[in-house]
Amino acid sequence: MSKHVAVVGAGIAGIEAASILNAMGHSITLIEKNEILGGHINHWHQLFPNRRQGRDLLEKLYEKMDDSIQVQYGKEITSIKPFSGKFIVTAADGWVTNADAVLMATGFDLFDAHKKEEYGYGIYDHVITSADLEEIFIQGEGLNPRLGKDPQRIGFIHCVGSRDEKAGNIYCSKVCCITAVKQAIEIKELYPSVEVYCFYMDLRMFGRHYEELYQEAQEKHNIQFIRGRLSEASENKQGGVVVKVEDTLLGKPLKLTLDLLVLMSGMVAPVAVTNMRDKLGLAKVDDGFLKPVDPHTQANLSELPGFFMAGTATGPKTITDTLTDARSAALEIDRFLKEII
Amino acid sequence: MTFDIFVLPFFIGLLFLLTVLFVKFSRWIALIDRSGRRKIGYGLFSMQIFPATAEVFMECLLHRRMWKQNKLLGFMHMSFALGWFLLILMGNIESRVYSGGHINPPYYPIFLKFFVHDKRVLPFELNTMPGFFRFSMDFILLFVLTGIVLALFKRIRSRWFGMKRTTRQSSFDRWAITCLWLIFPMRLLAESLTASHHGGGGFLTNSMGDVLASILPDNFLTSTAYISWWGYSCVLGIFFITLPWSRYMHIPTEVVMIYLKHFGVKSGKTINSFSEIEMRACPRCGVCIDVCQMNTAQKTFSTPVYFLRSLRKKVPVPIVDNNCLLCGRCQQVCPVQIDLLDLRVASRNLDNKQIDKIYSYLPADVPDSKGINVLYFAGCMGHLTPSVKKAMLKIMQAANVKYRFMDADGSICCGRPLMMAGMNNAAHSVMEKNRQIIHASGARILVTSCPICYKMFNEEYKLFGVEVLHHTQYLLRLAEAGSLWLNQSGLSVVYHDPCELGRGSAVYKEPRKLLKRVARLVPVAEEKENALCCGGSLGDFSMDHYQREQIRDAALEVLTRPNPDLLITSCPLCKKTFHNGTDINVKDIAELVAEQMDLPEPVEIDAEELAY
Repeated sequence: MSKHVAVVGAGIAGIEAASILNAMGHSITLIEKNEILGGHINHWHQLFPNRRQGRDLLEKLYEKMDDSIQVQYGKEITSIKPFSGKFIVTAADGWVTNADAVLMATGFDLFDAHKKEEYGYGIYDHVITSADLEEIFIQGEGLNPRLGKDPQRIGFIHCVGSRDEKAGNIYCSKVCCITAVKQAIEIKELYPSVEVYCFYMDLRMFGRHYEELYQEAQEKHNIQFIRGRLSEASENKQGGVVVKVEDTLLGKPLKLTLDLLVLMSGMVAPVAVTNMRDKLGLAKVDDGFLKPVDPHTQANLSELPGFFMAGTATGPKTITDTLTDARSAALEIDRFLKEII
Repeated sequence: MTFDIFVLPFFIGLLFLLTVLFVKFSRWIALIDRSGRRKIGYGLFSMQIFPATAEVFMECLLHRRMWKQNKLLGFMHMSFALGWFLLILMGNIESRVYSGGHINPPYYPIFLKFFVHDKRVLPFELNTMPGFFRFSMDFILLFVLTGIVLALFKRIRSRWFGMKRTTRQSSFDRWAITCLWLIFPMRLLAESLTASHHGGGGFLTNSMGDVLASILPDNFLTSTAYISWWGYSCVLGIFFITLPWSRYMHIPTEVVMIYLKHFGVKSGKTINSFSEIEMRACPRCGVCIDVCQMNTAQKTFSTPVYFLRSLRKKVPVPIVDNNCLLCGRCQQVCPVQIDLLDLRVASRNLDNKQIDKIYSYLPADVPDSKGINVLYFAGCMGHLTPSVKKAMLKIMQAANVKYRFMDADGSICCGRPLMMAGMNNAAHSVMEKNRQIIHASGARILVTSCPICYKMFNEEYKLFGVEVLHHTQYLLRLAEAGSLWLNQSGLSVVYHDPCELGRGSAVYKEPRKLLKRVARLVPVAEEKENALCCGGSLGDFSMDHYQREQIRDAALEVLTRPNPDLLITSCPLCKKTFHNGTDINVKDIAELVAEQMDLPEPVEIDAEELAY
């Protein structure tokens, strides 16, 4: 008799793990709180580093999905309880399932940029987040509907809600640096004459071909990278955003008027998942993400046998790392299910 | 017989105590600066002596503020202080009855029952002079003894006295408190044993003497009576010798402090001689510990009572000095009314190396802006919460106020954060610049959005001819003058008193009056003087983010209990702190006013009239 696995979250990690476990002969329920599969990638126009379409990646993942995977839409999981060697998984609408193993592929939430009020998100019309910009790219109408004119100067603020103790998050979200480089290039391609500034603390170009993209941004597109954190933003009468930054390489204060300010929102742990973690009595990390038993050798295991995790549920990851992590989780779950027979 | 060798421990202890007190107080008073000494000179012969004496009576003997805190706690302290005082006073008068009005040696009234055995009167014979005194002395002794029973009981059940935590004792304190607790039971024992074979006791000592006589053999009674007089004298002596280095030093010091305060002597920005007196006036009662929010962040070691302990040791401990929100909750409840915030900041000034020339880059020119009435200062925190300054500008435009946005661009700090950090000299260099700008503007009203700036401009700047208002006060004035048309939104709101505006500047009324015009104000558990700090305070220099979150969440728990539509505050820093910790919408009072403003027909008002 095949064993039943509940995969919570049908983003890329959940889809990938579900496909593999299904191919290994296990019975899978893929549980998604939204009405569509794919998670955050649905809202991402192009992906770094090769600028492929987000939709294209999702298509590839859907192709591998077998019809025998049972998908539950609109089910927000509120509780997971261990019960005589199994797990009782309950959704907000009362839907319940039993599973031999649970995979938490619950992902991340975008940092709410309203929390950095000094950056003016939600207060000034011309301050948006990186996610808003992707939506604008997907709409395909450019910035003119929002700005009412062609932009002349655009700024990107790195590390919004990441590496920021005051925002409560001291960790790096990993993907924002390279996303800003990618988005800056996209803007330049749309509006070649626009001046683009990226305000950063460090540029963390750790991944394969990231550095090349960064070089391209500087050499080909003349994007300006300024080391310094935004201190405050204000609005001028024309609706422009006046930013004050210290250029810490030149050691000089800078004041610039921008037509659009883009905040690179980081990743945060979903509150509901953190609460679930605490209710189950699992190990805590201050930042709210799930904590694996061993960061190297047991990166998908919790102290609770049968309770696994994958993807950004354990902390910020790129797409490549998320998919690799999901496959490794699938292997761990397979091994666990074979042992309990 | 007016002498026995057993009085010596008491007598030596008393002489020692008086000498030490004389030396200590004369040195402190001698070290007070010239203007302070002059104030004392005038004060001693002024009418101030009467309210000061009244306060000494109310606080040092009756413990009025302790009563306010908790009835049981107040009674306990009163029974000790007033009881002992009355024992000394009545004892002295009584002794003169027996000595024929002569002045007696100090030990004579204390040990009167050893020297005088008046068998003529019965315990309840109140109509004769000796009978009256005998009854009164026993009654007062009983009064003090109830205090001791309560004090012992407080060790086990401090919560009954309104205290969750009590102060950890130092070793000197333990010696002193043990002796103090033994003094009155020893007196009772000695007097009762003496009464048992000599008679002449009051209702208490006589009855107890009878009980003892019925159960103990005669020869035993006589010998133990003499031993217990020795014991009584010894505990008094040890108590007096340990007193100047124990918590009981507060007894004489508080009296001196009250008089000096009434004469106008103040603690300054640095630790001075008056601060030395203040820090010793602390009775270590521990009332400040529970109200201090440092407990929420597991930092009890820096609560005021322990801060003062570290201050008395004269070795600066920055971690203790810096771990304080400067919220002022302790000062609100302190039964001795020690200037705890001033002392904390003064000790930070000692910890720091003072700098004053680092602001030389500040622009020398002063913007000229004649023709305005109001100067608006958003402050650093106002700039970090753009919604607040945006709302203020919208309101002032709608009300046709002739204003200038003083720190619209390139603002200079008001200096209060530097002052709180104990960087007094540096603070003065920014203050000087701001003062020039304000005076050059010609404005008659300075409006700030930030209570931190408000307190600073209001108290430290001494701006002549310029009225400093916080925006809650100014907006209320605009509304009352009819310059703003406000709608009642019907929303239920709770109001958080910012520390610097509430306890710091006593502005409680205006924000509430203003709020009632635009919303339905719901009261919260801890408000006004008892309001909690949001945890974002600039006063603390040691806490990390997670500890601040703990303080914030504890405050939010109280504020959101009525489940309001909005949480309103009037400090951009409180707003910013709360905003990240709750699902309830947090707004500054100015934002709500701006939303509820009727824009179509702003009335042209005379700005001159508005200014006054």
